[in-house]
Amino acid sequence: MSKPKFKNPVVKWIDYRLPIFTFMDHELNHYPTPKNLNYFWNFGSLAGIALVTMIITGIVLSMNYTPHVDYAFDSVERIMRDVNHGWLIRYIHMNGASFFFIVVFIHIFRGLYYGSYKAPRELLWILGVLILLLMMATAFMGYVLPWGQMSFWGATVITNLFSAIPVVGESIVTWLWGGFSVDNSTLNRFFSLHFVLPFVIVGVVILHLVALHRFGSNNPIGIDVKGTQDTLPFHPYYTIKDLFGLGIFLTLFAAAVFFFPNFMGHPDNYIEANPMVTPAHIVPEWYFLPFYAILRAIPDKLGGVLFMFGSIAVLFILPWLDRSPVRSSQFRPIFKIFFWVLVLDCFLLGYLGAMPAEGIYVILSRIATAYYFFHFLILFPLLPYIEKTKPLPISISQPVLSGSYTAASSAAREKK
Amino acid sequence: MSTKSDLKSEQDEGKRDFLIVSTYALAGVGAAAFVWPLIDQMNPAADTLALASTEIDLSSLEEGQAITVKWRGKPVFVRHRTADEIKQAQEVSLEGMRDPQTDSERVTKEKYIVLVGVCTHLGCVPLGQKSGDVKGQYGGWFCPCHGSHYDHSGRIRKGPAPTNLEVPSYKFLSDTVIKIG
Amino acid sequence: MFFQSNINRNKYFLQNIIFLFFFIFPNISFAAGDAISYPKNDWSFSGIMGTYDRASQQRGLQVYQEVCSGCHGLRLVAYRNLKALGYNDEEVKAFAAEKSVQDINEDGETIERPARSSDKFVSPYPNDLAARAGNGGAYPPDLSLIVKSRSGGADYLHALLTGYKDAPSNKNVPDGMYFNSYYQGNLIGMPQPLYEDGVTYADGTKATPAQMAKDVATFLAWASEPELEDRKRIGISVICFLLVLTILSYFAMRQIWAPIKSRAKKTS
Repeated sequence: MSKPKFKNPVVKWIDYRLPIFTFMDHELNHYPTPKNLNYFWNFGSLAGIALVTMIITGIVLSMNYTPHVDYAFDSVERIMRDVNHGWLIRYIHMNGASFFFIVVFIHIFRGLYYGSYKAPRELLWILGVLILLLMMATAFMGYVLPWGQMSFWGATVITNLFSAIPVVGESIVTWLWGGFSVDNSTLNRFFSLHFVLPFVIVGVVILHLVALHRFGSNNPIGIDVKGTQDTLPFHPYYTIKDLFGLGIFLTLFAAAVFFFPNFMGHPDNYIEANPMVTPAHIVPEWYFLPFYAILRAIPDKLGGVLFMFGSIAVLFILPWLDRSPVRSSQFRPIFKIFFWVLVLDCFLLGYLGAMPAEGIYVILSRIATAYYFFHFLILFPLLPYIEKTKPLPISISQPVLSGSYTAASSAAREKK
Repeated sequence: MSTKSDLKSEQDEGKRDFLIVSTYALAGVGAAAFVWPLIDQMNPAADTLALASTEIDLSSLEEGQAITVKWRGKPVFVRHRTADEIKQAQEVSLEGMRDPQTDSERVTKEKYIVLVGVCTHLGCVPLGQKSGDVKGQYGGWFCPCHGSHYDHSGRIRKGPAPTNLEVPSYKFLSDTVIKIG
Repeated sequence: MFFQSNINRNKYFLQNIIFLFFFIFPNISFAAGDAISYPKNDWSFSGIMGTYDRASQQRGLQVYQEVCSGCHGLRLVAYRNLKALGYNDEEVKAFAAEKSVQDINEDGETIERPARSSDKFVSPYPNDLAARAGNGGAYPPDLSLIVKSRSGGADYLHALLTGYKDAPSNKNVPDGMYFNSYYQGNLIGMPQPLYEDGVTYADGTKATPAQMAKDVATFLAWASEPELEDRKRIGISVICFLLVLTILSYFAMRQIWAPIKSRAKKTS
């Protein structure tokens, strides 16, 4: 790629010494992007925007929040009642967490469907899983800050998970709390960590982008870009497409913020934390429900914790579990079916996480948990030996391969 | 097959298009509108504003006495002036004053002078409220930091302060109750 | 072209996901919550355009004041907030001045002074323990967030306040407890608060228990969500703006992509 010509002399002067404009031009303007990306490729940029929104609203909220057990609840209510536009900023932050997770979950499932984790994008994927893990930690600690009943009891239950570790478990929990129960020290450190972790996420996101731009985006048919005829410059083609996607995302987000702001929350969190009374049903935020279901499916305390963390750990080694050289599910008929089974399995786990741990729900949780691990640990490595993949097209620009069936060619035939 | 260069030229044509420009412009307007709540949240909140005005009952304030009340984080001086002090404040010539103002411009009821107790020089709180305080050459207030002398009307008469002591906005709700702010 | 076919297919994907999200998840949370369902009322503040009925709010304030405030606080609401109910500064000031609050005078002594409009509603008990002790061990919760902190919201409150019934013969009601068909476990420590003509409304509305329950629930819904009217008003303009932006960007996208699409059509 030729060096961009900048007309503005100031830009030219700076760029000669500090080539940030060249960098931005390469990475954001000319950046060659496969021309066949579908709308599922919008969710990466949406996640980035969600992260920025969370950081901006979070900083603003921290200007009005008091991390002390006696004042935390009231300071949040002061934000809701007295601070100018405080309710708006807080509802954006509160619902933003949910929407961030929705976007990231779709982004992850897109990666699973189109095999975006395969060579040479293994590190890109691993960095993504790391972001998910950091997000979960951040979201959990953020939920504690309003100091409502769910905040308090959620914090108590989740920190108690660490007590399952043999020998040192109890000491670790005491260390996490800075006391003998979730209390002021816990709230203080959670506030501190909730403030700083998003910036760690930003750092990992930058690495995620560096890894992405090394080989460029994967694409729906999952074959490598063969040359410039397969790509388009990012701007204006994908900037405008991202803007359109952002418009839809923000419309849904605004609908939640302005008309159903507490829909994804729990009423009990509007009762101030009371260490003497546990609410009847402790339910984590919806985005933790599948993991919560796995935790409860295992009848052993330590086992449950291990399986729960294991459910994310398997994602880290995913690139080496799936041995098939074909990336996209479009050419893997059996894999595609199981992909949807996995999606349903995750929804089922989410549902079970919200149910009481009794009767049929326990059995279903165990089946769903077993499937989850079967999918990654057994199905992924074995499938390539069984599955007959469809022939791959030659290139993105020439999707039609004579005599072969592809989704693309069938669509083209329908058109004619 | 297309080449990069003709893609680019088409793109440049597209850039000039009204629809595309207005789309990006509208997105910019939206982003700018979102910034306003983020800025406005740093303005005083409703509970702070509710404390922005204070009511003071002066019925127990005897002639010659003064009280200091806190208003918006600053001291406010209220002095019940004696007839002699009022006379002095009214009759003094404005000639040569740094910030000439008649006494009637500075009071609502001549019995009571209400002032923000912050020296207009560098923000110290002047002396003169308590009976034993140094009141300065003109009998009003004296700023100990750099020696500004204020008279019975709170006007600067000597020293470095550039203007008279500020009169806050206030009104009498009844004969002896004032609302500051 | 294949690009387009992907768009169509994915549109349904998206729709399905959105559908799943908005229609399945609420059912989960309801299923996880309580088994009791409450009769639905027609609230002035429900719906996208809903606002609080001022007259009902004012009557609700009267019910709170005369019936509830003996035991239940409203500590997050300030007297100045009552201006939102349609009262002017003078009325709010007079209302506040009837209450007395503890303060400290210049000499550091504890004094009682009339409340100002900047004060929060004065709670009937100095602390939770005193509130519990004063009510035979049953804690009368603060009502500032009662509508937001109960699933069912205003409908729950209305049902609870009108849900006092004679206990069925097989149910043993201990001393100091009352039977309520809408309370979890049916035994509640609060005696029936609303009786026919329990208050005399200034505007001549007949004070039936159902009417009073509705008014006080409206008032307390406002206490929980004072921002509701602003929120919905701003929300409508924000969503209109975003829809225009989305539609514009869709056509801008079509325009930008048009040469790519037509070229791709030619090659196939």
